Amino acid sequence: MDRERIQMRIARDRAFKGLVVLLSFLSIVPLFLILFYILENGLSSLSWEFLIELPKPVGEAGGGIANAIVGSFLLVIIASLPAVPIGITAGVYLSEHKRGKLSYLVRLAVEVLQGTPSIVVGIIAYLWLVISTGGFSALSGGIALGIMMLPVIVRTTEETLKLIPDTLKEASLALGVPYYRTILKVILPAGFSGIATGILISVARIAGETAPLLFTAFGNAFMNVNIIKPVNALPLLIYNYATSPYPEWHSVAWGASCVLVGLVLTLNVVTRIMARRWKIQF
Amino acid sequence: MGIRSKNKAAAPAPRIPGQRAEPIFQKSLVLSAMAIVVLLAAIFVSLLIHSFPSVRAFGLTFFFSKTWNPVSKEFGALPFLVGTLLTSFLSLLICLPFSLAISIFLGEYFREGPLASFLKNVTELLAGIPSVIYGFWGLFVLVPIVRKVEMKLGIAPYGVGIFTASLILSVMIIPYAASIGREVISLVPSDIKEAAYSLGATRQEVITKVMLPYARSGIMAGILLALGRALGETMAVTMVIGNSNFLPLSIFSPGNTMASVIANEFTEATGKLYLSSLIEIGLLLFLVTMVINIIGRHIIKKVSIEV
Repeated sequence: MDRERIQMRIARDRAFKGLVVLLSFLSIVPLFLILFYILENGLSSLSWEFLIELPKPVGEAGGGIANAIVGSFLLVIIASLPAVPIGITAGVYLSEHKRGKLSYLVRLAVEVLQGTPSIVVGIIAYLWLVISTGGFSALSGGIALGIMMLPVIVRTTEETLKLIPDTLKEASLALGVPYYRTILKVILPAGFSGIATGILISVARIAGETAPLLFTAFGNAFMNVNIIKPVNALPLLIYNYATSPYPEWHSVAWGASCVLVGLVLTLNVVTRIMARRWKIQF
Repeated sequence: MGIRSKNKAAAPAPRIPGQRAEPIFQKSLVLSAMAIVVLLAAIFVSLLIHSFPSVRAFGLTFFFSKTWNPVSKEFGALPFLVGTLLTSFLSLLICLPFSLAISIFLGEYFREGPLASFLKNVTELLAGIPSVIYGFWGLFVLVPIVRKVEMKLGIAPYGVGIFTASLILSVMIIPYAASIGREVISLVPSDIKEAAYSLGATRQEVITKVMLPYARSGIMAGILLALGRALGETMAVTMVIGNSNFLPLSIFSPGNTMASVIANEFTEATGKLYLSSLIEIGLLLFLVTMVINIIGRHIIKKVSIEV
């Protein structure tokens, strides 16, 4: 009787472990399915021409996604211009003022911003920039992405600077170096790699975003580098082509997916290696 | 701050390095910190102002009316609220066993070693795949499969719908719930585990009867944060949910979520009332995710301080 019960318990123990391992590995199957499917369908349309040519109208074979690649880079640059300096300085503020009312508020705001749905950020950029400038534009899309970058940069900067020993700062101050020069010439350079990783993490986060661009950057079938005109982006192109009824456009979308996933996953892997090297948490 | 005032007091000559730069530097730190708070407040205020026409026209009936008709200018958000709740909770339900399994796998069975780092890295990559890619894959792979299943079950074979959207969503939120679950499970103090072992408990009994109850609130927080993600997720859902503005009758019928209706109709919204109704949905989404995130992070902070 007792023996049976113990055997039951041991059997249940083994079954439980088996279940945990099974479910764990089942949940990563989709990643491989997605990667496999994208490579299977996308690799055939990938070529040098695909990267440097403009899209062709429906019915014509060939054509590329150059406008979307250029647009995506343009958007990331527009997003970084305000987000990087503001994010870093706010991160410095937080690491220099660990307590206090403003620090508490800023941390709360950063958490809320990080959790804000991307579509809501899109609405905001529309209300603030599209309405006032009178049309869809790369500028409004870039600002929407910038708002999404900001919380990531603030947090990674704060986390990085936390790890720098106080003695370094004290040594610099003891030599009579003014406070601002201590921060700019001692603390920030010491945390440079961490901050750079944070910026890359934020770029990886926004590079694949579609929702905030739907009614800001809007998409454009032609090449455009004018920031007050609509511009295409890789995720936007994938969305528009994937939901279109034309098979030719679907294969362009698969090819673009290959490029986008390759780009985003590479960024992710690189930042992960860098983060491990510089011991940053995010 | 103290250092700066001492510097000033001891200044013998007017020319001292940083005399002018110092206050500018301090101010720019404070300003950019304040900019973030102001940004968030401005987001809230803008949403509030622009949703005002719809609030005034419909009041509370906006949330209870099931008619969404841009032609007759009647806007009720009930179908989208129901669609959002259904997809989010269904996806949480699907995600729960998987994310718990990963949490236990990485937090207890395999804390280190190649197997653990493989699983950890892969789940992190899963979180990095753009949402539009999930939607694209769902549209071309998952939808036909669901359609076949629906034909076998004898229901209208849409393929797209609430169920398909929940499936995709659950894959997308597993990494979030799992990463927090792993952390809280690995934080369970070893003395209480050892106490259970010394009483003769098996490992399974230690996990289900000691560790999981101990880590309960942290796991809950992880699920809350995953819920926050699921509520606001737009692209993947928009592409596979079928975009129907009627109240969903079953989990297989096409529908719309709050985020997907905004994504679909915002650019076509003609007329102030139409746009403002969509913005009111956005405001609701913003407030709900804000509350969920603040509660979730509050629990996590409490748990990690206690441990």
